Amino acid sequence: MVRFIAVIVFLTIFVIGARRAKLVPGRFQSVLEMGLDFCRTQIAYEILGERDGKKYVPMITTIFFAVFFFNITGVIPFLNIAGTSVIGLPIIFALWVYFMYLGQGVKKFGVGGYLKHSLFPPGVPWPIYLLLTPVEFLQVFLLRPATLVIRLLANMMAGHLLLALCFAATSFLFFEASAGLKAFGAVTFVAGFAFFLLEVFVALLQAYVFSILTAVYLQMSISEEH
Amino acid sequence: MLTAATDATTTINGLALVGYGLAAIGPGIGLGILFGKTIEGMARQPEMSGQLRSTMFIGLAFIEILALLAIATPFFLK
Repeated sequence: MVRFIAVIVFLTIFVIGARRAKLVPGRFQSVLEMGLDFCRTQIAYEILGERDGKKYVPMITTIFFAVFFFNITGVIPFLNIAGTSVIGLPIIFALWVYFMYLGQGVKKFGVGGYLKHSLFPPGVPWPIYLLLTPVEFLQVFLLRPATLVIRLLANMMAGHLLLALCFAATSFLFFEASAGLKAFGAVTFVAGFAFFLLEVFVALLQAYVFSILTAVYLQMSISEEH
Repeated sequence: MLTAATDATTTINGLALVGYGLAAIGPGIGLGILFGKTIEGMARQPEMSGQLRSTMFIGLAFIEILALLAIATPFFLK
């Protein structure tokens, strides 16, 4: 349910921003444009270069903003759960990225060529391939999507747990503990606010990390050999 | 070996916590080195700081996954 609310808010913000887009933007539109420009230049063009980056800008922007909106619902008071702290959503995003980078690599190099490109990196003396290829195989086919899922999931879950812990400790120390411990209730209250700010930062950071890793994996799949 | 790890029972409670504490040493050192080197690089050559910051975030993701695997392991290894 929370995820539906997140999607509705996300779409509403962008539809309102895009509906009457003026050439010289007002405040709301320029904030949106800053966000979109950030995704375009700082993530896509920086990692993938201008020519390839243009193709993947929509995907990377979608992933960035969607992950951010799903993360941020975890700190909004009445929607207490982050959409990405349940395992389904990170799996969907990671599978999207996984099939995308595999598909793009295969489209560019052909199946055999892509396997050769990613499993046998050039410029290495051949005995090292015995060690390198299994590691690369695990990396490309198994570990990248798995780590994408676990990173997003565990960050959101751990942050949520810490926040819940702080506020539960505050209520316990204020209302039920003996008098000597009530001062610590104030400490955990302040810590609760500090963790709240940290949560917002981590939501943004994890969205950024997910999208920049998407860009990096795409770049590693379609990079020319040099 | 993995099944042996999950079948093993122990009479010491809280061993999982000790395990997590040990698992946090490596990523802690790694993150410290990463951020230290990034700050040093930014101090030596401020015009590269944008690119250094980008690469730092990528490195951060890979190192933190090791620490987060320690948190997430109890949930998928029963």
